Amino acid sequence: MAIFSVYAVNKSGGFIYQYDNYVHRAEAEKTFRYPLDCVLKIHDEKVVVSFGQRDGIRVGNALLSINGLDVNGKFTADGKEIIEYLKDSTNYPLSILFGRARLSSNEKLMPASMFHSLFAIGSQLSPEVGSTGIEMLETDMFKRHCFQTLTGIKLIVLTDPRQSGIDELLRKIYEIYSDFALKNPFYSLAMPIRPPPQCRCWASPCS
Amino acid sequence: MSRQSNRTTDSKKMNAELFTLTYGALVTQLCKDYENDEEVNKQLDKMGYNIGVRLIEDFLARSSVGRCQDFRETADVIAKVAFKMYLGITPSVTNWSPAGDEFSLILESNPLVDFVELPDNHSSLVYSNLLCGVLRGALEMVQMAVEVKFSQDTLRGDNVTEIRMKFIKRMEENLPAGDEVHSRICVPC
Repeated sequence: MAIFSVYAVNKSGGFIYQYDNYVHRAEAEKTFRYPLDCVLKIHDEKVVVSFGQRDGIRVGNALLSINGLDVNGKFTADGKEIIEYLKDSTNYPLSILFGRARLSSNEKLMPASMFHSLFAIGSQLSPEVGSTGIEMLETDMFKRHCFQTLTGIKLIVLTDPRQSGIDELLRKIYEIYSDFALKNPFYSLAMPIRPPPQCRCWASPCS
Repeated sequence: MSRQSNRTTDSKKMNAELFTLTYGALVTQLCKDYENDEEVNKQLDKMGYNIGVRLIEDFLARSSVGRCQDFRETADVIAKVAFKMYLGITPSVTNWSPAGDEFSLILESNPLVDFVELPDNHSSLVYSNLLCGVLRGALEMVQMAVEVKFSQDTLRGDNVTEIRMKFIKRMEENLPAGDEVHSRICVPC
């Protein structure tokens, strides 16, 4: 899937919509015997690998599940502390899934608001008058496209670096926003948009 | 009236009479509820404002019009693109003030008032005041404060319907990031 995420930020930098479409490619499940050869540490309420990269398990990957049961932060599904649980040799052998940590909505909110500030600074730093601001941020793994409407709403799309036709996609998303969000009289402007679970209208242009 | 859309599969048409009837029902109900023409005018303006702040996004999304550089351009876009898109009429832009900050939109026909006759006890009712609110709300979302009012109305015996629009100021505090530089060039000329 070439479109990873779609975000919408309102005029004051608040998050109003997010949609993530990426498949978690960077996950690795392995069966381990005592003692565990990866060094783990607690970071941001999650258990992450700090040393011992091998076989698809990379430094920075978070511990996602043990024996198929999703963990809850630094506790297992049953409520035991993971680090203590892994020090006990009687629990082995066990199968652990490591992968890229999934961000919570609060964690996504901060980069979005930060991007809003960067966008403002970017427009002001422009050597030419009348700059439209940051339109694209490119990295080796993804491209971040941004479209700011005349009313101040920013539509941000994260895509594969090779994906083309994003300008049209952004216009289309703007049309859909003006239809489904604004034509609903009960939707207050600049408030977060919560699509009903059965509404896939945002997903269809991404496919 | 058809819904302007780039999607070829979407071709919903609505009967114009239904629109006129709906608007008429709205105004008469407001008259019954408030029993005071001035209050009804205010409510229509408020309702129009709420429509305008949402309609502007729809307009910008579908028309790909960029930011207007001055008030004359704004007037042209409103008359030739916006009115055409939403009401199917093209008013003419006339009566510019010497300072270039006021103009009139002359509407030959007004779809809202088909078959409407104002009774004598509602002589100060501005029947289409919703349109004033819509224009005000829409322009406010693109950082332009304007005053909009009907100066002539066929329902009250005039020959044409005339909407007078006056530019008040550019709303600097609501400018999107990076648009502050525009404020130096966008003044009514």
